[in-house]
Amino acid sequence: MSLLELDHVTLRFGGLVAVNDVSFSVEEGEVFALVGPNGAGKSTLFNMISRFYTPAAGDIRFQGKSILGLPPSQIAYLGIARTFQNIELFEHSTVLQNLLVGRRRHVRSNLASDLFFTPFVRNEEIRHREAVEKVIDFLELQAYRDKLVAGLPYGVRKVVELARALATEPKLLLLDEPASGLSVEETQDLTYWIEDIRKLMGITVLMVEHDMKLVAAVSDRVLALADGKMLALGPPREVQSHPAVVAAYIGQPAEAVTS
Amino acid sequence: MSSLQLIVSGLANGCVYGLIALGFVLIYKATEAVNFAQGDFMMLGAFVALGLTTGQSLALPFWVAVPVAIVIMFVLGYLLDVVIIRQLFGQSQTTVVILTIALGFIIRFVAGAIWGHEPQTLPTPFAGQNLRFGGIVIGVDELMVIVTTLILTLVLYLFFNRTKLGVAMQAASQNQLAAYYMGIPVKRVQSMIWGVAGAVAAVAGILFASKGSIDPGMGLLGIKAFAAAVIGGFGSLPGALLGGILVGLIEPFSSRYVAAGYSQIAPYVLMLLVLIFRPHGLFAQVYSKKV
Amino acid sequence: MRTVFKTSYDADIRLFKHGAQAFWYGLLLLAVVALPWLISDYMIGEAVNVLIWALAGLGLMVLTGQAGQASLGHTAFLAVGCYTNAILQLKGVPFLVSFPVAGLLAGIVGVIVAIPALRLHGIYLAIFTLALAVLVEDIIVLAAPLTGGISGLNAPTIKILGAEIDRYGAPKLFYYLVLAVVVAVTLLYRNMLRSPLGRSFAAVRDSEISAQAMGVDLARTKAAAFGISCAITGLAGALMGHFAGTFNHETFNLAIAIQLLLMIVIGGLGSIHGAFLGAIVVGFMPTMIAFLRDYVGKVTGTGSIAIPGLEAAVFAAILIGFILLEPMGMYGRWFKIRTYFELFPFYRRDMFKRQKSYLKTERMR
Repeated sequence: MSLLELDHVTLRFGGLVAVNDVSFSVEEGEVFALVGPNGAGKSTLFNMISRFYTPAAGDIRFQGKSILGLPPSQIAYLGIARTFQNIELFEHSTVLQNLLVGRRRHVRSNLASDLFFTPFVRNEEIRHREAVEKVIDFLELQAYRDKLVAGLPYGVRKVVELARALATEPKLLLLDEPASGLSVEETQDLTYWIEDIRKLMGITVLMVEHDMKLVAAVSDRVLALADGKMLALGPPREVQSHPAVVAAYIGQPAEAVTS
Repeated sequence: MSSLQLIVSGLANGCVYGLIALGFVLIYKATEAVNFAQGDFMMLGAFVALGLTTGQSLALPFWVAVPVAIVIMFVLGYLLDVVIIRQLFGQSQTTVVILTIALGFIIRFVAGAIWGHEPQTLPTPFAGQNLRFGGIVIGVDELMVIVTTLILTLVLYLFFNRTKLGVAMQAASQNQLAAYYMGIPVKRVQSMIWGVAGAVAAVAGILFASKGSIDPGMGLLGIKAFAAAVIGGFGSLPGALLGGILVGLIEPFSSRYVAAGYSQIAPYVLMLLVLIFRPHGLFAQVYSKKV
Repeated sequence: MRTVFKTSYDADIRLFKHGAQAFWYGLLLLAVVALPWLISDYMIGEAVNVLIWALAGLGLMVLTGQAGQASLGHTAFLAVGCYTNAILQLKGVPFLVSFPVAGLLAGIVGVIVAIPALRLHGIYLAIFTLALAVLVEDIIVLAAPLTGGISGLNAPTIKILGAEIDRYGAPKLFYYLVLAVVVAVTLLYRNMLRSPLGRSFAAVRDSEISAQAMGVDLARTKAAAFGISCAITGLAGALMGHFAGTFNHETFNLAIAIQLLLMIVIGGLGSIHGAFLGAIVVGFMPTMIAFLRDYVGKVTGTGSIAIPGLEAAVFAAILIGFILLEPMGMYGRWFKIRTYFELFPFYRRDMFKRQKSYLKTERMR
């Protein structure tokens, strides 16, 4: 049984077909990349997995069970975490507070005990803090721990996005263009981090990415999309040289293609 | 009173609400701030006209005083933006809202200090005259209100959607930074819109004054105009007018058919219903962000 | 300058960062407890007024400062708490029961109000709450048989365990009662801030989409924010009723709703100190204005002129001054002054300069 299965998923925005009969599955422990030109429907797929959109046709299954009946706030509890392409952090909180929100899934206290801050809540807080510190150590965010997100540089905010998703201790991590806007060194760090996430933490990674070098370095399998349709699925080298993929990115050669 | 009579007077009231609502929407469309003092602007406009026509040192004829009052209110609105609102550039919109609430208090106080708190009347050439159409009596003042409002709304709508300045104003409200890069003098454009809102409020005030008496507390009509703007939808100029007319019509009809006391809350109940079921008004102008 | 070396996670979770802070707040508590013995009965009444306003401010702060939901009509909940408490007591229910029930009912009304308000943001939410405030005023008059309509109600004397606590008969006892409630609520507020609940509020305030992605249930969180905020405000309303003695629908009119909002802006949005500082300004403003008016009247020989709306206008002018010159409110200014001395002589002038946020339309959320 695959960890995540998309089964003939289709989504329309009015007359525009954003995702057209897409099917693939992500196996546990692999790094799976979605590539394609802009407008291919990659982030839309993510938004369907996060349940912000509902497909017009098809099914999405996590660990064998369909998730299409769940509201967005339940997805984290299944063990799916995500980052956002345009950074959706909590601007007026510190990095630490942002990460602690990531622990929401593991919070066992309720409203009443929170208000009275019982010893149980205190111990839980320490437990959450320890878990978050592990993520901070892993991503080397110690210097930014108590800083407000609003003033941080772009590269750091991208890392905080990743940290917050990791703080949920997910089984499946959805990364939406993690390397966009990062410098060469930062992308290098990201490569090592994704490797560690897969090998040391045992987390399955599904990522949307434009940086082909990063994709080739870390992914096991790649799915190429264009205009909402699947073009090619397979190991990175195969997909990169697939004629349909080349045509979508670079275009048809000058001579007409014979039938 | 026959139903038709009720409709006409309701329409006239509704047009005044609509004009105030227009002022709200103008500022919202251009700066995404809400001017809670718009009703008090209207009051000020009416009193300025009063002061110009009945002042001891300066008594202007009505049709001279009106454009002068409008110009004065335009300047006041413009200056308000330059001196105070501009300083809030870059802060959240809630701050501007709170500021305008405070401004309303101050304007009311100043007006009361200058002109006193007793109700006064603005002498207009069309007060008291009536037209008769086969059985119905329509006041000329009510007719003036309706006609002026329709013309003004049309003019403003065309301005916003067809002229360069109008489109620039809309751009400045949708993405300020980008508007700057496109060469739009954002700050000056904003001041202009506050000026226009002031002028529109002056028109509303004078029209309102022609139908009855005025006093410094009348700016609190602004809250009903608020309901009108919400019902119509904050992003739409014709919507504001329609909202105003709806509110204007609901009042007399609900007081006739519903028990007293309940009729005055009718506009607010309608507004709450709109907020619950169609939050962005009947002429919604909201899109969702793609993340 | 003091550098705090933290040796355990507890240091971040504790109420006081270090011993010195605990000492100063302890001293403050002592001073506040000893106050009634040092001042006149009239001043005790003024102090109680400030405390009640601070309580109302804390209630509003939960919603506006923490959960980011702008509310212009919080007087609606003051009224619910006030009338519930008084009506129950008039029917013979003892204070120790009617008081918490009043808060509970206000909280429940808050949750009910939150449901249609879930999809509303920013200005629309503000207008919604404004409409509520206007409606509540009218409903009070319409429900005359129960609420006394325009003539209003008289708040009965509080009887706790045989002791009669009346504002005029036993001012010190009344003061301690109000103080106890305020201290308890402040503790609850601080607990909220350092717990997962408070973080959920902040998450909903800043980014609803990613809050959901992290597992925060929007509906539940907003309902909780409304519920807690309105419950606290309800308690403040109940106390206000006892303080005022008699009240009717005018007591909770629109001007008071806006005064509440202005108060927390002047004090400093989002900080507990802000609620208290703002309450002090609101509480003593009428006295100061009356004093100034008499003084001006004496000096200019024109006698004391009573201009209606002067109080509100002065209040508004101070508010505008704060917004233009010190947007972080009084607590913000105090914090800056303290930081100046802590960092002396390395205080940098633009340390607290806010990131300018260029307007991006709210119509695309």
